[in-house]
Amino acid sequence: MEFRNPQEGLEQFRRRIAVAGVFVLIGFALLFARFVWLQVVQYDYYRTRAEANRISLVPTPPNRGLILDRNGEVLARNYSAYTLEITPSQVRDLDATIDALAEFIAIEAKDRKRFRKLMEESRRFESLPIRTRLSDAEVAKFIARRFRFPGVDIKARLFRQYPRGAFASHVLGYIGRITERDQGRIEAAEAEANYRGTEQFGKIGLEQRYEFDLHGTTGFDQVEVDASGQAVRTLARTTPVPGNNLTLTLDAKLQQIAEQAFGDRKGALVAIEPATGGILALVSMPNYDPNLFVDGISTADWEALNKSPDRPMLNRALAGTYPPGSTFKPFMSLAALTLGKRRPEQAIADPGSFTFGNHTFRDDKKGGHGMVDMHKSIVESCDTYYYLLANDMGIESIAAFMGQLGLGSRTGIDLEGEAEGVLPSPAWKKKRFRQPEQQKWYAGETISIGIGQGYNSYTPLQLAQATATLANNGVMFRPHLVNHITDTRNGEKTYIEPQPLKTLPWKQAHIDVIKRAMVGVNIEERGTGRRAFKDAEYIAAGKTGTAQMFSYKGAEHKTETMQAHLRDHALYIAFAPVETPKIAVAIIVENGGFGAQAAAPIARQVFDYYLLGKVPPGAAPTDEAAAESEE
Amino acid sequence: MIRRLWQKLVAPIDGPLMGFTGLLLGVTLIAMASASPERMTAQLVNLGVALVVMRVVAEVPPQRLMHLALPIYVVGVLLLIGVALFGDISKGARRWLNLGFMRIQPSELMKIAMPLMLAWYFQKHEALLRLRDYAVAALILVIPVGLIMKQPDLGTAILVFAAGFFVIFFAGLPWKVMIGMAASAAAAAPLAWNLLHDYQRQRILTLIDPEKDPLGRGFHIIQSTIAIGSGGLLGKGWGQGSQAQLEFIPERHTDFIFAVYSEEFGLLGNLVLLVLYSLLIGRGLMIAANAATLFSRLLAGAITLIFFTYAFVNMGMVSGILPVVGVPLPLVSYGGTALVTLLLGIGILMSINKNRMLVQK
Repeated sequence: MEFRNPQEGLEQFRRRIAVAGVFVLIGFALLFARFVWLQVVQYDYYRTRAEANRISLVPTPPNRGLILDRNGEVLARNYSAYTLEITPSQVRDLDATIDALAEFIAIEAKDRKRFRKLMEESRRFESLPIRTRLSDAEVAKFIARRFRFPGVDIKARLFRQYPRGAFASHVLGYIGRITERDQGRIEAAEAEANYRGTEQFGKIGLEQRYEFDLHGTTGFDQVEVDASGQAVRTLARTTPVPGNNLTLTLDAKLQQIAEQAFGDRKGALVAIEPATGGILALVSMPNYDPNLFVDGISTADWEALNKSPDRPMLNRALAGTYPPGSTFKPFMSLAALTLGKRRPEQAIADPGSFTFGNHTFRDDKKGGHGMVDMHKSIVESCDTYYYLLANDMGIESIAAFMGQLGLGSRTGIDLEGEAEGVLPSPAWKKKRFRQPEQQKWYAGETISIGIGQGYNSYTPLQLAQATATLANNGVMFRPHLVNHITDTRNGEKTYIEPQPLKTLPWKQAHIDVIKRAMVGVNIEERGTGRRAFKDAEYIAAGKTGTAQMFSYKGAEHKTETMQAHLRDHALYIAFAPVETPKIAVAIIVENGGFGAQAAAPIARQVFDYYLLGKVPPGAAPTDEAAAESEE
Repeated sequence: MIRRLWQKLVAPIDGPLMGFTGLLLGVTLIAMASASPERMTAQLVNLGVALVVMRVVAEVPPQRLMHLALPIYVVGVLLLIGVALFGDISKGARRWLNLGFMRIQPSELMKIAMPLMLAWYFQKHEALLRLRDYAVAALILVIPVGLIMKQPDLGTAILVFAAGFFVIFFAGLPWKVMIGMAASAAAAAPLAWNLLHDYQRQRILTLIDPEKDPLGRGFHIIQSTIAIGSGGLLGKGWGQGSQAQLEFIPERHTDFIFAVYSEEFGLLGNLVLLVLYSLLIGRGLMIAANAATLFSRLLAGAITLIFFTYAFVNMGMVSGILPVVGVPLPLVSYGGTALVTLLLGIGILMSINKNRMLVQK
């Protein structure tokens, strides 16, 4: 307890006021020190950060390159269309917004479904299309009501278009929305920056293989943005560079004639220019409309394509594998000549079957072909000749020769998804099977290999390449679809040079024997292709084939009475003109029955058009067909 | 006639204090015009009201204020209890009391009621000041501060606590006690940490490492320090601050207006602002030193230091050395209530100055 002198109290108070004054100055000095630190010492750092805040790079995706056929016909192009887009993060009640939009813009259930799917796949602040390809009237209706729809806008976007619909779809492929897998490819190519703003990516076909050529270089706008990311003004602009155009070796008219020749039959056709390896036509039927994929395929369409027993999404030309059947025979004969196992004039007596151990291998002709030399064995397609030949050659030398020809390995064509097929050999069997008793190669198995059956299984592309190599006297080229890539900035063309893979060590005399026999197939009285090539104005070399779906041991079977999907596959390989081959084809018609009936006439139409310019009766002129499918 | 009216109008007004206040109010207008021109009119109206309040209070003699101290305090505490029981909730805090005809924020009243009450209390016990009186003073202080913290409104609680503490400090709280309290406060810090609300803890953590959550809690501090730092020595110029104009600075017309000002006027502008505050505070301390009664001295000293607390806490938080609490920049931030409270304080200072010890002259 103390009594205080008021004067003493005042003195103490004034001391404390002084203390407070010092305290205030220290506090402000501290703040000032902080300001010096931020505004002088760290100035550069913070200035840079403020600039980074302010300036945003807005990507402008480039126009995708075109795909043209060898004559400049456009097979894939772009068109600009208006889309109605919603940024989900800026919309409070998504369903109510969509319902309100649906009052004046047609939004179907599939549009909503697709939008939901896109939402799951993308980040929230992205703007996503709810409707694509708006009509002018719909655009006008929306513009008038825009103020009611924050977070909804109309954007002009470029769409990919395949003007001829399903035409050549297995060559062109399609593009679709970038998925995680595509993102991986983009990262592997270190192209993330260039894909900012790009929403689509080649999924399959040439669109996939040449994605990075077709894509182009993304342009960037340097834009001043506010804190919510809204652009305030553009400071600088780098214009996008359109993607490169692809010009194919493919001949669109030839392709169309080939596709039409199949009608509604399933199968594949590969036509190659033997001297370069350039693909002239590559058909896989049935095909599909790649336009369905461009702005997101609907679930119904997707299921229809995937669940169809005809498997339209399968590229049969390079992913389908088939036993070559009798089209294998010319190559067997060439192997026999090359390895010295047969001379051309050496003949056998064909009793109509060949018995090995306790198994009898039938010839297709009851009672046999009589005396058969090499020429006749090809012209008439005598099985017994090849049962004996295969037995004499042995599986190892057959596999070695056919392997040299590229059968059973990927050709290296510029499309993804090629199958390897099966080149049967003891080594293959050992790898293929687990059980020791299954791994063993039985000599009896070699017999059916000789006629292109058994484990033999090759892609139509491999057969076409082998045929082209034969036509080209043993010089093998890598098959390719793109002739040149055009830089759209300066028109500079980069040619894909024909790549000779190897020259096989064949004697010209031996090749000529085979070629003469294959000509015989098409022109001789008993030739299997005679009917298809009746009155041809050029000389074509060919070989028919029928690949058995099932073996009917010893039983007679009638093709006509069998169910369609159990029928044999029809095959045909050919090249023409025989002296200087310009085109080589391999054709398979699934469940077509005999090659001579189903497959060879297709080759005739293809050759007639390619060599003579003849359009088969009933086939529409291509230009008008193109115009029609655009509708 | 007009001249005499003018003289009568300005009679109670202290020239230097009014001058510094005027210059600071000039800063608010400049900063507001850049940060939020659409609120200029509203702020001018606020300013007009606040100046009238200041002028009215400047004429009220301190003795009259002393008589009001206890009633105002009691009413304030009752209103705070009312808020705790019936208050409106806005933005997760219960701060407002709806009286039917208007909504009031009683905690704001406490910023003035607290120093008034404590100054009155010490004046009453001036002759015989015992340690027990400090304890009672502490109780007077802690009750409303506790209620305000509960709302929760950490910013106001700090200001009210500071206002009361300054009175006790000027009343002569022994240094030993203060050191002892500081030591025990430090010891109790972990305990206090547990009492804080989650969001308050987050603010402190954010201060330590704002980059941890750059788009969330750290966003305010990061963007305001970028604004200040990028202002440099001389600033980007009025209306040229990209951080402010492109709306990267949050609350840019209220609590973060200093970031706008600092970005556009740089270190030099900051220095001007600090000098103006120092002069204002200096003048206030001078008035306190020369005040006639203990009540006036304590009140003037506390009100003056309140300005410092506002300024220091606000600039400290905007420049990233103090946690973010809702404290405006005194006389500069947009907002009517704070402006009225602050000019009310200036008015009290002027009244005290007018009734100073004449012997000193």
